[in-house]
Amino acid sequence: MKPEINEQLLLKGLVNNDSKAIETIYKDNFNMVQAFILNNNGTYDDARDIFQEAMITLYEKAKSGSFVLTSQIKTYVYSVCRRLWLKRLQQMGRYVPRLEGFEETIPVEDDLEIHEKKNVDFAIMERALGSLGEPCKSLIEAYYIHKKGMTEIAAEFGYTNADNAKNQKYKCLMRLKKLFFSQYNIGE
Amino acid sequence: MEDILLLEAIERYLAGTMLPAEKEYFEQLRKNTPEIDQMVVEHKLFLQQMDQFSERRDLRDALHEVHNDLASKGDIYEGGEISTKGRIVQLWNKYRRVTAIAASIAGITALVITILANYLSPANKSSIEQLTRKVSNLERTTNALNTEIKNKQHVTIPREEFKSAGTGFMIDGKGFIVTNAHVLTGTGAVVVNNKGDQYDAKIINIDQIRDLAIIKIDDSDFKPYTSLPYSIKKSDVDLGEELFTLGYPRDEIVYNMGYLSAKSGYDGDTSSCQISLSANPGNSGGPVFNKNGEIVGVLSAKQTQAEGVVFAIKAKGLYKMVDDLKESDTTVQKMKMPSSALLKGMNRVDQIKELQNYVFLVKAYNQK
Repeated sequence: MKPEINEQLLLKGLVNNDSKAIETIYKDNFNMVQAFILNNNGTYDDARDIFQEAMITLYEKAKSGSFVLTSQIKTYVYSVCRRLWLKRLQQMGRYVPRLEGFEETIPVEDDLEIHEKKNVDFAIMERALGSLGEPCKSLIEAYYIHKKGMTEIAAEFGYTNADNAKNQKYKCLMRLKKLFFSQYNIGE
Repeated sequence: MEDILLLEAIERYLAGTMLPAEKEYFEQLRKNTPEIDQMVVEHKLFLQQMDQFSERRDLRDALHEVHNDLASKGDIYEGGEISTKGRIVQLWNKYRRVTAIAASIAGITALVITILANYLSPANKSSIEQLTRKVSNLERTTNALNTEIKNKQHVTIPREEFKSAGTGFMIDGKGFIVTNAHVLTGTGAVVVNNKGDQYDAKIINIDQIRDLAIIKIDDSDFKPYTSLPYSIKKSDVDLGEELFTLGYPRDEIVYNMGYLSAKSGYDGDTSSCQISLSANPGNSGGPVFNKNGEIVGVLSAKQTQAEGVVFAIKAKGLYKMVDDLKESDTTVQKMKMPSSALLKGMNRVDQIKELQNYVFLVKAYNQK
């Protein structure tokens, strides 16, 4: 009974970006994944990439609220990593008849599909923000990501008043939205 | 200016900071003006994406930080550049001589084992035999052919030595013929049709990796076909599906039939498949047809230890080769893969009558 409660708490911590929880999950699972990747033609960097990708998948899953802990975090993370690594190997054009590693796995294909879509969205936003240029990028991030007030922003960016800053922000936002939606597929 | 106010209103509405009366008014406005409704939906989506973006970025940063933290604490080990270095150096100094001795013993043992293994293991390199007929098989026929060539006043190929022979089939009525790469061991080729007419051909492309090659009939006597009666199928064949082939293990065209026995080829190769069918040297490069007379593969090799086990390259590979080729070679740009299915539903005898006109004996020689 106890370990299950513990794992629930860890997931809650992960959703709230609690570094203690992240560190615990990281420490408990990373070495297993690293050993698996290294045993299957991977490098230390591959292990790090794949594991962090799996952590993000776990985070998304936990955050979506639909995550009922039907398996241990360990099993879930391992399954995701295995799937991701297999895919990576295939993309590199290496034929892998059978991955070594005998840990129990669970089906994670659906989660990975969602994750993939989010990866794409993330990349689109990153590109859009990147091509926005300064000071627009900082202005937008200050308002929408760091949730700063207009007066504060005006002072920080050297605008004479909040209205000026608001005007500028509006122009930047329109450009960003245009950049974003030119790539983003609403239909899906 | 109005747009700014509208956007501000939308943001306040989405954030839920409107006063009840204002909210009611705005909702009414939204209901009545589809454009505004659209803007609200769009902006909501955008803000969501923005939130997800920042969350994900924060998480990514946090993960990097934790990783580096754990690595520096020694909870994660990444190939030795971290704090444990001191100890490794110590150990190295202490055990250097032992290590050196151990390494040399290991090296010698490995060497001995390799030599023994090579010496003792049965030579299984020849477990696969390419179905090309070799020169010995051909010597008898070469003479006959030479006289035939002379009779026909075809002096373009005076007295070459034929190196190998196999089968080929037409993929474009203009004279493009596909065969195996290993059939073309020489520098030139001639093709002979089922009536015994011989044409000069030039080698267009040899793809050793896929073991496929394309040659083109280059002879004034050759009359191009306007169309071919079969198509080349990209999709996989099902296990047990009936297949047949036409080829030239002798100087005469020979028919054989069998079935698909495995979806992958020798040693698990997925670009080819295994067919149970009796084939002989000379069948290499021959087309594999399904019951509708469509081409599904190119016969390439057989297993020597087992009778009736042959391998064929899947037709998909053919498309890939042609696509690659079209990018690099302009002479094949006009080549078109056949796509008709005129033989469907015909009985086998009639199908063969039709198909044999497009299957050729391919002979490779060295130009002198």
